[in-house]
Amino acid sequence: MQLESLYQDIILDHYKHPRGRGAIAHAAGESHQVNPTCGDEVTVQVALDADGGLVIGYEGQGCSISQASASVMAELLAGGSPEQADTARAAFMDLMRSKGAGEPDEEVLGDAVAFVGVSKYPARIKCALLPWVALQDAEAKAGIAAGVPQDEEGRTA
Amino acid sequence: MTAVAGSTVDVLDVDRIRQDFPILQRTVRDGRPLVYLDSGATSQKPRAVLDAERAFYETANAGVHRGAHQLAEEATEAYEQARARIAAFVGAHADDLVFTKNATESLNLVAYACSNATAKAAIAPGSVDPRFVLRPGDSIVVTEMEHHANLVPWQEVCAKTGATLRWIPLTDDGRLDLTELDRLVDDTTRVVSIVHQSNLLGTVNPVAAIMARAHAVGALGVVDACQSVPHMPVDVASLDADLIAWSGHKMLGPTGIGVLWGRTEVLDAMPPFLTGGSMIETVRMEGSTFAAPPKRFEAGTPMVAQAVGLAAAATYLDDLGMAAVAAHEHRLTGYVLERLAVLPGVRVVGPTSNVDRGSAVSFAVDGIHPHDVGQFLDDRGVAVRVGHHCAWPTCRRFEVPATTRMSPYVYNNEADIDAAVEAIVGAQEFFGVA
Repeated sequence: MQLESLYQDIILDHYKHPRGRGAIAHAAGESHQVNPTCGDEVTVQVALDADGGLVIGYEGQGCSISQASASVMAELLAGGSPEQADTARAAFMDLMRSKGAGEPDEEVLGDAVAFVGVSKYPARIKCALLPWVALQDAEAKAGIAAGVPQDEEGRTA
Repeated sequence: MTAVAGSTVDVLDVDRIRQDFPILQRTVRDGRPLVYLDSGATSQKPRAVLDAERAFYETANAGVHRGAHQLAEEATEAYEQARARIAAFVGAHADDLVFTKNATESLNLVAYACSNATAKAAIAPGSVDPRFVLRPGDSIVVTEMEHHANLVPWQEVCAKTGATLRWIPLTDDGRLDLTELDRLVDDTTRVVSIVHQSNLLGTVNPVAAIMARAHAVGALGVVDACQSVPHMPVDVASLDADLIAWSGHKMLGPTGIGVLWGRTEVLDAMPPFLTGGSMIETVRMEGSTFAAPPKRFEAGTPMVAQAVGLAAAATYLDDLGMAAVAAHEHRLTGYVLERLAVLPGVRVVGPTSNVDRGSAVSFAVDGIHPHDVGQFLDDRGVAVRVGHHCAWPTCRRFEVPATTRMSPYVYNNEADIDAAVEAIVGAQEFFGVA
C-alpha cells in the first residue's frame, strides 16, 4: 500500500475540513482554473488588506488533492506578503517536480509539505497545482504579483 | 480454439483468452496482478495482432499503390486484403471502407466534407452535392450522450455555416428521450449523428429507428460505433446509416487506425477532407480531380501495418464469435450491475437494467471524488477510467463532475469485477465514508 504517501492525514484532514473556504468581499483579482481531463475546478480570489497582506478566498469542486491543496495554500498564505506567496509557490512547484524525492522546507510550505507524495503520481500533480496556479493568475489580474509568470509545471514562459 | 460449444452461442474461455494477451501477465504497483477494466478507453492487444504487424514489417513493408517492385505489390495486397477482412467483419464491401487515423478523424472527415462543400457551394453553386451543403436555418441533430468526438466537430460545422445544433435529451435512467424526435429531426435537418453505444452510460441506442427518421426528412445519417463494433455483432446495413465511424484500438487492434464506412452512393458524392498525394485522379497547376472512394479519403501514405494488425484483430474476434463476445459481456455487465446495486453509497450513472446496455458501467461513490476512487483502485492493481470520459455534457446532465467507469471486455471475468468491488469498499473505508 503506497497510498499513505499520497493521501497523508494532513491532506485528508484539509479535504474534509477545508480552512477559510468561501468567497471574499472585495476581490481585486479572481481566477477560475479547470483541469479538463477530470473536471476539477478551483476559483481563487485575492485582495490586499490594509497592511499589505494577502486576503484569499477560494471555492471549487474536485478530488481530495485539488481541494485540500486549495485549503492548505489559503491557510498558509493568507495574511502574508505577496513575496512570501511567490517564495512558497516556487517551492511548491519544485516539490511537484521532485518525483517523490523532494525535501520540502516546512518553514516555507507549512502543511503543503504533505504533498511530497503527490509528486510520484504524474496524473495528480496538476490537481495539486490547480489552486496555486489560480492564485498566481488572480494576483496578476489584481496587479499584485511582481514575479515572472510560470505555467502550471512551473516553467517560466 | 478459445470458444467452447454452448447451447445457443459459444461461451468464451476467458482463462484461455488471457493467455493470448501478453500485457495481462504483468504486475503493477508493487507486484499486484493487473486487473484491466479500462477497455472502453483502449483494449489490450492479443499476440496475433502484434505478430501480424511485426510480420508485415519483416516481410512485406513498402509504399502501397505505387512502385514497380515486388514488395510494393505485396504491401498493396496486404493493405487491400486488410480492408476486405475488416469490411467482412461488419458485412460491408471493401470499397465502402475508408481508413483514417482514428474514429475522431472519421467523424471530422464527414464534418469537414460538409463545411468544405458549403464553402465551395458559396463560390460555385452546383459544383458539390447539395446534401453536404449547410446554411443558416438548417439543423444538425446529435444526442446529449455524445462523446466530444461526435459533438465538437458538429459545433464547429455550425459555427462555420450558420446551421443550428440540436440534441436529443436523456431520461433520468440514461436512455434517449425520443418523445420529441419528430420535432427535433424535422425538414430543416441535414445531418443526424448519434452514438450507437454510449461510452459513459453504456446505453445502446435504437439507431435504426433514428436513422429512419433522418432519412424520412432527407438528412444524412451518421453513427459513432466506437463502443458497439468491438462488443457486439454489427452489420452495417442493419443500422440503416449513411456513414459509420469506429476505431481500431478499442477492438483489439493497434492505435493509429480508425474506420469510416459509407454507403457507396454517399461516399461517391462526398467531397474530400484531407487532400494531397494518393487521393487524386489528375493534378495540374490549374486544379485537380479526385480519385474514387475509398482512396479519395486516404491522402498521404496510409497506415498499412496498422491495417494489417486491425485485420488480425477482426479475425481474432470472429474466431471468438461476436455473438459469444456480446453474450459474455452481457453476463459480466449483469454481474457488475448486481454487485454495485447492493453497495451502499454507490450509484450507477446510466441504465441500471441490463437491457439494451453495453459493458461500460459508470458510477459515483458518495463522498469520494472519482479521481480518488480511481487512485485507490489503482493501488489494488485495478485499472479503471475516471473523469468525464470526453462526454462532459453527459456528466452535467446527471449532475456529476466526473464518474468512475469499469468497461470489461473479452479477457475479463467475474474475479476481475470482484477485485474492483472489493477495492471500492476499501476506498470507502480509507476515505472514511463507509
